[in-house]
Amino acid sequence: MIEEVRDEAQNRGFLLTSADKIVNWARTSSMWPMTFGLACCAVEMMHAGGSRYDLDRFGIIFRGSPRQSDVMVVAGTLTNKMAPALRKLYDQMPEPRWVIAMGACASGGGYYHHTYSVVRGCGRVVPVDIYIPGCPPTAEALLYGIIQLQKKIHKTHTLYSGWELSK
Amino acid sequence: MIREDLEQLEARLLKVFSEAKLERTLDHMVMWVEPDRLVETMTRLRDDDALNFKQMMDLTAVHYPKREAPLEIVYQLLSVYRNQRLRVKMAVPDGAMIPTVTGIWSCANWYERETYEMFGVLFKGHPDLRRLLTEYDSEDYPLRKEFPLCGHYDVFYDEKQRRVVRKPVELPRESREPYSRKRA
Repeated sequence: MIEEVRDEAQNRGFLLTSADKIVNWARTSSMWPMTFGLACCAVEMMHAGGSRYDLDRFGIIFRGSPRQSDVMVVAGTLTNKMAPALRKLYDQMPEPRWVIAMGACASGGGYYHHTYSVVRGCGRVVPVDIYIPGCPPTAEALLYGIIQLQKKIHKTHTLYSGWELSK
Repeated sequence: MIREDLEQLEARLLKVFSEAKLERTLDHMVMWVEPDRLVETMTRLRDDDALNFKQMMDLTAVHYPKREAPLEIVYQLLSVYRNQRLRVKMAVPDGAMIPTVTGIWSCANWYERETYEMFGVLFKGHPDLRRLLTEYDSEDYPLRKEFPLCGHYDVFYDEKQRRVVRKPVELPRESREPYSRKRA
């Protein structure tokens, strides 16, 4: 494919693609997640970011600020006390933004579903795009979830998008 | 602790507190105190050369709803000097003000905050009696026996109000836990 692209660029001096494709390509190749480790899932998230699974090769670089992030990985147990803070951080992220609920606790309360202090799924506080099962999910599972999110983004149409209509 | 240690500790305690109410459980010495004598007793336990309980390892409470004084405050003390431990217990009625021991062991600060938020025990003279782990505006005392395990409210984000709000708990499936809302 690279050969074809090179030939076309050399022969004609320009490349043709659709706007959606190039925008989605840019978005999926630089998804910067916000570091939001809440419990043991955070350790698996760190493994995914380390040298073995190496999220950097997907253009994924952890950011310390919501203002610089596209993806929020809710990695762990979300408590009632943390819920307003999580929502505030989500509100501070620039659009377009996505949320990955990592693990049983973030997806539906998990082990703490019947307790008094834990949110029974972070979907009650922020809109979730991808749910990753596991307790905690392995680094491979998180990687698979991120690839699923990339596929989801590839299906969106930027110039005539769903979320513009929903407003 | 071994039996010789226990007997030695008992003798020393009786020497310092002639009217001490002592009790032995398996390998532990338990001393019962009254709330009005607490600070005085604790200070002597810490400072007396024969006892030297310089460290307070833990402070918590136990709720026995059927008792006349339903709350039992438990202090775990350690004497590094003698390699001995002592458990100090105090039975108090609901809503009683208990003297703080933060002046004796400063580590008691957070333990007393946690005991307050979990059982509703009030500590008189505590420098900063806020809740420690749960929300600051919560009114629940989760470790009391009448408290339902699933709690009283859930949090949701409200699109119209643009903030996180609380709603009463609704669980689609009944919990199998003994202290759930439906069985309590």
